[in-house]
Amino acid sequence: MSNVPDDLKYTDQHEWVRLEGGTATIGVTDFAQNALGEVTYVELPELGWEFAQGKEFAVVESLKAASDVYAPVSGRVAAVNDALEAEPNRINADPYGEGWLCKVSGVDPAEFGALLSPEQYAELISQEEAQA
Amino acid sequence: MPYVPHTEAERREMLAAIGVGSIDDLFAVIPKELRPKTHELFDAARPSERPVSFDVPPGMSEFAVRRKLQALAKKNATDLVCFVGGGFYDHFIPAAVDALASRSEFATAYTPYQPEISQGILQAMYEYQSAICRLTDMEVANASLYDGGTALYEAMMMAIRITRRPKIVIDGAVSPIHRKMMDCYTSNLDIQLVAVDPSGGRTDREEFKKQLDDKTGAVILQNPNFFGVVDDFSGLVEAAHSVGAIAVASVYPLSLGILKTPGAMGFDIVTGEGQSLGLPLSFGGPYLGLMATRRKYVRKMPGRIVGAARDRNGRRGFVMTLQAREQHIRREKATSNICSNEALCAVRAVIYLSLVGKQGLRRVAQMCAAKAHYARGRLTAIPGVGLLSDAPTFNEFALELPVANAAEVVNELIEKGIAAGFPLGRYYPALRNCLLVAVTEKRTKEDIGMLAEALEAVL
Repeated sequence: MSNVPDDLKYTDQHEWVRLEGGTATIGVTDFAQNALGEVTYVELPELGWEFAQGKEFAVVESLKAASDVYAPVSGRVAAVNDALEAEPNRINADPYGEGWLCKVSGVDPAEFGALLSPEQYAELISQEEAQA
Repeated sequence: MPYVPHTEAERREMLAAIGVGSIDDLFAVIPKELRPKTHELFDAARPSERPVSFDVPPGMSEFAVRRKLQALAKKNATDLVCFVGGGFYDHFIPAAVDALASRSEFATAYTPYQPEISQGILQAMYEYQSAICRLTDMEVANASLYDGGTALYEAMMMAIRITRRPKIVIDGAVSPIHRKMMDCYTSNLDIQLVAVDPSGGRTDREEFKKQLDDKTGAVILQNPNFFGVVDDFSGLVEAAHSVGAIAVASVYPLSLGILKTPGAMGFDIVTGEGQSLGLPLSFGGPYLGLMATRRKYVRKMPGRIVGAARDRNGRRGFVMTLQAREQHIRREKATSNICSNEALCAVRAVIYLSLVGKQGLRRVAQMCAAKAHYARGRLTAIPGVGLLSDAPTFNEFALELPVANAAEVVNELIEKGIAAGFPLGRYYPALRNCLLVAVTEKRTKEDIGMLAEALEAVL
């Protein structure tokens, strides 16, 4: 069973979001890293990029596949996790910690609030796990 | 793999399984005028016969086919003394290239990339890539693309992926054959392809720089250019980099035996038509698209890449690598929808390069340049004949002839057994009097003398 921390919000595309002040930290979930397998490369957005919710903003490449990551919330890229360049498998080791992808500023709290709760996301992945 | 056609019973079974009454019903969504006039292919009484539709003629015997094809083949002139270039050149090909490349391990294998059983071809591809890197002075090369034109198009798309900018500035002295392909590919894409007219056979540097701005994703230059002119584009590459654009070069690989490499000029992506490396001239192909780039852009590069690896026992082996970029995994998000390559042509290229070696390649290039310079002197000594440009050239140069249309001169010289060159008016209407003449190591002093005399006689 995948780890779904209580203090985060989620998307049905298996991203997590943590909001602190107006800044959101974004990553992919434990369920996602497990499905991807060993991550070998991460293409991160550039600082200052602005994107709308649902837009592709990063690519996570594993031995199996290269998957787009969709912006869970709209905003502007304030920081990216450069450490992933040398150690992309931090996403596997610590998806909710050292494996974060980027920080986004100017987040609309209402947009954030509408994301999936931990309970809703846990329900979603238990369905997907049951199907698999 | 044997070809076993479906039996009529199997066809009926399949139609029944999908709930369609007949083949006609199956294709009912296709407008009638686009369908074969009859469906005799599926006629139960004559299941093995071809349809008479699509105006396909009835079958012929092997003997009759052979006779017909031989008669057609005789129409080709194969014994002309060739001074035609324009991107495709009549170089000598050692017999060993044919002998080795036609080995069944190379010649019959289709996409033979399963590493467990394909170490031979994978190693050949890896060595080909290594050779292209050394030749161009770049860090990574792919296992080839279809031809020089598609490689250039792919390089442009790669630059757009890297920069996310829509404007491409291309030199008008880049092969018009390749530019036409790019026009065709980009006409329905959101790409602004700006061509800068050359001036007197050379890149117009001032006009070129004026086009560079913060929307420019790439600049595309060719060396030697279509008029045979050799240039050092280091300054333009620097100008491109200063606005954040990617610099793309198209090169004539054999010339790199003596010319400054695109890597040394600072280019980010290098492409080229690989035909000069052991491939015969053959009416448009199959040819060979070269592509090499900097290591930092490897994940943006299209095409297959073979890498060296170690197996669990520590032994060196070869594998397809970075495949997550490719179509079979990334579908519509792939770096390219051409994820095939010209493996057999690439094998010929690496065999050719191995046979001539580093010194040999330099010597072939020197011979081409020296003979071309002799020819240039000989031909411009003819009264009324001048040069389009006095810029340095490699093995090809553009002559200004004292006639209205150089194509007519070419036609006259064909009658004397000489393919005198490429009439530039075909792509550059303002240069209708110009003839592009290429000289390879195969041309002798006598050949050049014969061209000079024949040309003087018709002018």
